[in-house]
Amino acid sequence: MEATLRQTWAFMFRGYHITRRYIGWVIVFNFYALVTSASVALIGVAANDYQLTLTLIVGALLWNYLSRLYEEISMSIAYERWEGTLEYTFMAPVSRAVHLLGVSLYSLLNSIVTSVIVLVGLILFTKINLHGANLIGVLVVLAVSTVAFVGLGLLAAVFPVMSAERGAEATHIFQGSLLLVSGVYYPIETLPGWLQPLSAFSPATYTLSACRKLFGVGNSNSTAEYLAGAPLSAVSHELLVLALMGAILLPLGLLVFMRIEAWAKKTGKLKRTG
Amino acid sequence: MQQPAIEVRNLRKSFRKRAGFRKKSELLAVNDVSFYVMPGETYGLLGPNGSGKSSLIRILSTLLIADSGYVRLLDFTLPEQAEEVRRIIGRVSVDAAFYKKLSARENLLYTALLYGQKAREAEKRVMRILDELGMEDTKFSTPLEEMSRGMQQKISIARALMLNPPLLLLDEPTTGLDPKSRRDVQSFLEELQSREGTTILLTTHDMAEAERLCVRIGFLAHGKLVAEGTAAELMQRSGARTLDDAFIKLTGEELVEEKDESTDYADCSV
Repeated sequence: MEATLRQTWAFMFRGYHITRRYIGWVIVFNFYALVTSASVALIGVAANDYQLTLTLIVGALLWNYLSRLYEEISMSIAYERWEGTLEYTFMAPVSRAVHLLGVSLYSLLNSIVTSVIVLVGLILFTKINLHGANLIGVLVVLAVSTVAFVGLGLLAAVFPVMSAERGAEATHIFQGSLLLVSGVYYPIETLPGWLQPLSAFSPATYTLSACRKLFGVGNSNSTAEYLAGAPLSAVSHELLVLALMGAILLPLGLLVFMRIEAWAKKTGKLKRTG
Repeated sequence: MQQPAIEVRNLRKSFRKRAGFRKKSELLAVNDVSFYVMPGETYGLLGPNGSGKSSLIRILSTLLIADSGYVRLLDFTLPEQAEEVRRIIGRVSVDAAFYKKLSARENLLYTALLYGQKAREAEKRVMRILDELGMEDTKFSTPLEEMSRGMQQKISIARALMLNPPLLLLDEPTTGLDPKSRRDVQSFLEELQSREGTTILLTTHDMAEAERLCVRIGFLAHGKLVAEGTAAELMQRSGARTLDDAFIKLTGEELVEEKDESTDYADCSV
């Protein structure tokens, strides 16, 4: 047990020191996340539409959190490919579950830090008032959806195992598709009819739907001074779907990852450059 | 009779390689190789580019799964007991694979934690090993990217030895080292073997190194083990005066600067 904790800590230790050494880039990425989110939210401010502003803010904030979480996990293998350390990680006597748990925990910390930066920035840019929003409910929804997104991240992490060159591209295509179909900045009904059914398969769709209700978006009683945030019971359907997705995606992601790892070891795909 | 620490029998590994549109060819990297290494023995594998050395080391390191054959390391067989094998091996590859922005200390502590070891104890062991390898303490906090190739390789050796494994798989460990560093590493390996009784499988292109460190040597060519024995036996069998000449006579090939043969199947697919 003690050894397992140390192994989990190893990935947090590594992540912390890499972040420290690349602090310049970390600042740039967080600045970019803040600026793009603020730019989107200011569309609502320009339209003088509080509900639209709030819709965009919730979308930007949650997308920053979920996409960062997904990206950090899914790209963790690609980063190791680029560093040339993948073989050494796979050669260590650490179970894949512990390996991926350690990577996911550090990714989660990173995502929370980015989200807090974006939230503070959005408050400064839009003078948003969160009084009345069900923030505890939002945290509950985020906690449940985190499991599903970790599972998605693990599923996407197999792409860089399969191919050093194409893998990283595939994870971003998948991430872009989630952004497109999940109703991050617009209602799903805006999508072409043939694309709309895909939104049902994205956990982000349910996360956004639930969080918007909890923030009071779309509620006619919400005003600039007071948000009529819904109680947690109002999002029980979304919570149930997210919990179900997490229960499927997390073990599925782990299983698929281990299968692909075994395949890579048969075909020689683990080697440093390919 | 004492059981070998490493036993490899009839090992085969092939890769499918694209050869134009929809065409695939097969590359036989390891072809029916059998050998054993006794506990505390240093066994050397010599072979030219693409001879199968790295594939063999990768199979023993659990990074590659063989098509067929029997592999046993101490009491564990591959690929069935890969998890257990990972606990008893240390590997040094020709390229020192590190997080280059991190310091030697950070890289080594990460490895210690990854192997479930206590960081403080591992750090003490590393300091001792680096001292024996002739490395200054001040370099310990320097990012790896600022170190020479030779220094990186010493850190790589320290990483493998820090774990105190009973089996060491060394894939060209002294490549890129200056003569003094090369001697430091060789002396350290000799001392390690006599002190700890570590079993070592070594691939090298340095004939003097093979003669100095290895009890027995195997010549690999085109994935096959074509000759095996002590340096003296190999020279006697081939009627050559040097190990270099023995290699050429027995394999029909010349040793050239190492290239990882796995790059030959960089474009392979199933």
